[in-house]
Amino acid sequence: MALDTETVSKIAHLARLGVDEAEFDTYVRNLSDILAFVEQLNAVDTSGVPPLAHPLDEKQRLREDRVTETDQRDKFQKIAPRTEAGLYLVPKVIE
Amino acid sequence: MHNKTLAELAAGLRAGEFSSEELTRHLLARIGRLDPRLNSVITLTEERALAQARAADARLATGEVGPLTGIPFLHKDIFCTDGVRTSCGSRMLDNFEAPYDATVTEKLAAAGAVMLGKTNMDEFAMGSSNETSFYGPVKNPWDLERVPGGSSGGSAAAVAARLAPAATGTDTGGSIRQPAALCGITGIKPTYGRVSRWGMIAFASSLDQGGPMTRTAEDAALMLAAMAGFDERDSTSIDRPVDDYAAALGRPLQGLRIGLPKEYFGEGLDAAVGAAIEAAIDEYRKLGAEVQDISLPNTALAVPAYYVVAPAECSSNLSRFDGVRFGHRCENPRDLEDLYVRSRGEGFGAEVKRRIMVGTYALSAGYYDAYYLKAQQVRQLIRKDFIDAFEQVDLILGPTSPTPAFRLGEKADDPVTMYLSDIYTIAVNLAGLPGLSIPAGFVDGLPVGLQLIGSYFDEARLLNAAHQYQQVTDWHGRVPEGFE
Repeated sequence: MALDTETVSKIAHLARLGVDEAEFDTYVRNLSDILAFVEQLNAVDTSGVPPLAHPLDEKQRLREDRVTETDQRDKFQKIAPRTEAGLYLVPKVIE
Repeated sequence: MHNKTLAELAAGLRAGEFSSEELTRHLLARIGRLDPRLNSVITLTEERALAQARAADARLATGEVGPLTGIPFLHKDIFCTDGVRTSCGSRMLDNFEAPYDATVTEKLAAAGAVMLGKTNMDEFAMGSSNETSFYGPVKNPWDLERVPGGSSGGSAAAVAARLAPAATGTDTGGSIRQPAALCGITGIKPTYGRVSRWGMIAFASSLDQGGPMTRTAEDAALMLAAMAGFDERDSTSIDRPVDDYAAALGRPLQGLRIGLPKEYFGEGLDAAVGAAIEAAIDEYRKLGAEVQDISLPNTALAVPAYYVVAPAECSSNLSRFDGVRFGHRCENPRDLEDLYVRSRGEGFGAEVKRRIMVGTYALSAGYYDAYYLKAQQVRQLIRKDFIDAFEQVDLILGPTSPTPAFRLGEKADDPVTMYLSDIYTIAVNLAGLPGLSIPAGFVDGLPVGLQLIGSYFDEARLLNAAHQYQQVTDWHGRVPEGFE
């Protein structure tokens, strides 16, 4: 499947991924190559084959709903780019 | 000291021939002297290592020790280490000091192992050559113009160069086994769920699995015993006792049924690599194994299925890197959208971006059934091939990689060609099986890796078969020139 520039631009937007203008054509080519490669899967008849969600067919384990984590906010926020008064700072989102 | 195996070092420490501090200082100095040639270590943790070594020496003096007490190792920089930079080979995490230890980090520390530092790797473990690392490529100690394999390339190069007796790795599509093969060491990817993924930075969660990289199967058995086990913090960890891997090493191979998948010996396999594997098969016959031909008919579908499943899971997992809570943040964002787009655009390298975009596309509205669902169905077919095979044989044997180490830059511009270097390893991850690579010869001075694949939780049998082979061969004992 050959992707066009517009589609790659849309994918980059969905992934919130900045891509340099200069590299755009290379991504268009590489992504088209990769998708063309994986499309050989279409030749396989998989009707009635259940998708494999877990290699050992394990079910998701549930645990009792109780507090297991201690409060480590200060430690976690020490590695954050910007914080103030225990909050993570981002550019203004509400006018 | 650096030429001794982990098991020999453990015996030396217990006998008081040298202390863990002496051993640790020796290896730290060796890394300082030799690693500039290889670039296998991103962060050296000298102070932490010496403190751990002194604590181990204190325990050695009391005699209450295990096989890893005082043993230095290098840790792949994908495992979180409290207070120590955990970069995952990415600019995104260049400034990230993990606020906690991964379960594997904790377990190795509890076993008394001494962490010397963190090893270089492909960015977020996405790569087969270690060329996607933000910290630059790792060189193969057997030929400094060639790649060490990836993604655990730093760990493989360091163990091969005798910078440490053991290292950790992770394997999503071959990232332990392929670099082990290309660097001439031993590496095992355990059954999915055997080693906890908690604190191991996620790439593709249904495929990722940690394991040890060592020179011998015996050493891998000792490391894996310490790394494996149930962990309630990892929701896919399997609650099942860990086998006594070391105790199983000595079992004779008489009557062991080994299957040779015809699909692993066909077109694409380098003839000289094939000849080395044939010679190894003869060794196994001499050891009493019964060798038979088998078929894994869906082998050719493994790489394409993987390059849907792995990018899809990667695009979800890597959405957490947003420039808000930790990791790289761009300068002066105009608004929240700009903060996300530029932080991620600057923080991730080209291969990671490619995979995030492939995954985003495969999961986007209207395409899910055609790509992700289809790949998960094909994955079921691939698993069934293995389940059918294990009704006839105990182990599956073949090459780990179709060629020996390739040149730096040789495949860097062509993703699909690079992806095909994992053609023999990827199916094992899709099926969740354990697999191992051991050195089995040389082609033009470059190591050849032999892959053994076992049934679920059959790590003991894999290590046993590898150990018996290493009793009658010495490929694993060869040292690259300049690193004696």
